[in-house]
Amino acid sequence: MKQLLAITAILAAGLTPAALANALTVGVSWSNFQEERWKTDEAAIVAALEAAGAQYISTDAQSSSSKQLSDVESLIARGADALIILAQDSEAIIPAVQNAWNNGIPVVGYDRLIDDDRAFYLTFENTEVGRMQARAILEVQPTGNYVMIKGSPTDPNADFLRNGQQEVLQDAIDAGEIQIVAESYTDGWLPSNAQRNMEQILTAQNNEVDAVVASNDGTAGGVVAALQAQGLDGEVPVSGQDADHAALNRVARGTQTVSVWKDARDLGQRAGEIAVAMANGVTMSEIEGAIQWETPSGTLVWAEFLSPVPVTQNNLEVVVDAGWISRETLCQGVVNGPAPCN
Amino acid sequence: MTDIPKASSPDQPNIFRTLDIDTRLLGMIGAFAVICLLFHLLTDGQFLTPRNLFNLTVQTVSVAIMATGMVFVIVTRHIDLSVGSVLATCSAVMAMTQTVWLPETLGLGLGHPLIPWITLLAGVVVGASIGGFQGYLIGYLGIPAFIVTLGGLLVWRNVAWYITNGQTVGPLDPVFQAFGGISGTLGQNGSWVLAAVATAAALAATWSARRNKITHDHPVKPLWAEWALGGVIAAGIFGFTALLNAYAIPPRVLQRQFEQRGETLPEGYSAGYGLPISVLLLIAVAVVMTIVAKRTRLGRYIFAMGGNPDATELSGINTRALTVKVFAFMGFLCALSAVVASARLSFHSNDIGTLDELRVIAAAVIGGTALSGGIGTIHGAVLGALIMQSLQSGMAMVGVDAPFQNIVVGTVLVLAVLVDIVYRKRAGKA
Repeated sequence: MKQLLAITAILAAGLTPAALANALTVGVSWSNFQEERWKTDEAAIVAALEAAGAQYISTDAQSSSSKQLSDVESLIARGADALIILAQDSEAIIPAVQNAWNNGIPVVGYDRLIDDDRAFYLTFENTEVGRMQARAILEVQPTGNYVMIKGSPTDPNADFLRNGQQEVLQDAIDAGEIQIVAESYTDGWLPSNAQRNMEQILTAQNNEVDAVVASNDGTAGGVVAALQAQGLDGEVPVSGQDADHAALNRVARGTQTVSVWKDARDLGQRAGEIAVAMANGVTMSEIEGAIQWETPSGTLVWAEFLSPVPVTQNNLEVVVDAGWISRETLCQGVVNGPAPCN
Repeated sequence: MTDIPKASSPDQPNIFRTLDIDTRLLGMIGAFAVICLLFHLLTDGQFLTPRNLFNLTVQTVSVAIMATGMVFVIVTRHIDLSVGSVLATCSAVMAMTQTVWLPETLGLGLGHPLIPWITLLAGVVVGASIGGFQGYLIGYLGIPAFIVTLGGLLVWRNVAWYITNGQTVGPLDPVFQAFGGISGTLGQNGSWVLAAVATAAALAATWSARRNKITHDHPVKPLWAEWALGGVIAAGIFGFTALLNAYAIPPRVLQRQFEQRGETLPEGYSAGYGLPISVLLLIAVAVVMTIVAKRTRLGRYIFAMGGNPDATELSGINTRALTVKVFAFMGFLCALSAVVASARLSFHSNDIGTLDELRVIAAAVIGGTALSGGIGTIHGAVLGALIMQSLQSGMAMVGVDAPFQNIVVGTVLVLAVLVDIVYRKRAGKA
């Protein structure tokens, strides 16, 4: 079998020597490919690479930062001209970046920060996600008692989100129009923890809660379940992010106000384009939309931040049109809902 | 608990001895009361309200159900680290059964009346099979339980992931959701009836036990002691029921219920929640497990095996089959917990049951189950789960930061075991 493949490869090489010599190879190192969402990203990257005539090779580190180092070595050995790395750990990956740099191979840090100025950082703007959540809630509930359900205390993103939320709410807080009556972290982002915390907050506040800013769709699900028990679901606005199918269904039903959607296909496509550009010798500063950004540890890196999309009842069609969710799943159990569920 | 007199002289009359009450149990109830009072003060009187205590019981159910099974596992000198993951797999199977497989693949359509029941059956069969299989690996193939269930922790978590593709699955069937707590309660009248039946049953059981002892010439408690205990039991059951009934359904929820039926809410109408179905399930599980532990041959074998596995095997008891049964029991209870946990959330999430194995083991251990085997009670484990949950919920209410919450829970776990060891030494039971 191997011999056959080798012969075919030689034949192919003989037939189209020019094409192969020019074809770029882009290597992608995934941190944990079992997670459903990365399959969407992969499809987008592959599509972008195909459009540019580049070849796609990949490895999966299976959540091990040490395996990821050897993965990157193997990608380089297999002839990658550019690397896209979804880092398992933002610092443990640095030796791999060093290795790539030694070989003159550009690196794109995909979605998760690589704390090194030799890697380009491409992600969605998490602070903006927080702003969008707070903005959507503030729009429907400009006054009253706010509850902040934050993410996991060990995840730096939880605080980025919280900061973004605070930026938007600050004016209304200063003006005395809204009060943050309670806020809590959610251990491990677990919906059941968010539900317990929300139940306790509702009890402590005697149900006098007018809005809940929850940091993702999982925690929003827990919050909505707690509100449901008090008959407050659908009356108290709740935010989220990720466009989970269950959350989009809640938006259609009206029990959740907004789910901020980070369209993985945009991210994947952009990563493919940047990798090809950099492999062709474009420097990081020349990439369209690139800005200099300081990481939490103080490193100045080149980065591009994509804007997420807040999905509310007003623009639910977006997720169906994009093929992210089927109309049936979105509208399950919805009667007389917003478009496209009417 | 600290000033227990040296209860070594058996003929010394002692009020607890006369009443035949487990002083250890009293200590735990005391600790629970102290925690409640502390939080009550810290939250300006919000903790000891019907509403919060209702929440607390509902929040405890999932872990408590599994903790009763963990008592048997630990008593037989094993451990089960896979319960959180088995819960996730059962929950995933049930979520897919009721939202995809039955309605779409089999074409029953959403909302078919058979769906919740077939789902329950599927979940329970899957849970018991997984448990039984792990028990087979442990009992017949001789792989240590720690290893088998550590493997199970990884395997079943990811089987759940594979089944659902990591998606959140929901909303679940409305009838199924009734097992989750607040969306399924018996109402005030139903709860009172049940309380009366339960009290009658408890008193009858006490009476028949006394008669039984007399016919076999066993020493019995003085009659006044029996009456006093019976009074405490009745007061406990009715007090608990009154508490759950006192939590009034919020007017908004009532209004919706009436609107759904096309009626208007009568002026001044109010209703209490009563006993949640999930709590009823826990009570039923605890009662059955207690009877199994104390009144059946299976239970006696389990405790005998924990006390001395070699002697048990030499006396002709099939300890291998016993191990399979104990783990199958555990898997079955994981499935029940999965029903309660996912119904309470109203959807299945990929991370459901994460770290539950630690909470369950902690509940059983705080409840007085000795890791060295042979010792443990079902009611202790349930109380242990309640204490853990009241700590966590109380701290959430006060607004303690998440890292401190876990620091406190971890410290309490170690302290509880320390107190237990000291107590056993003093009481001369170790």
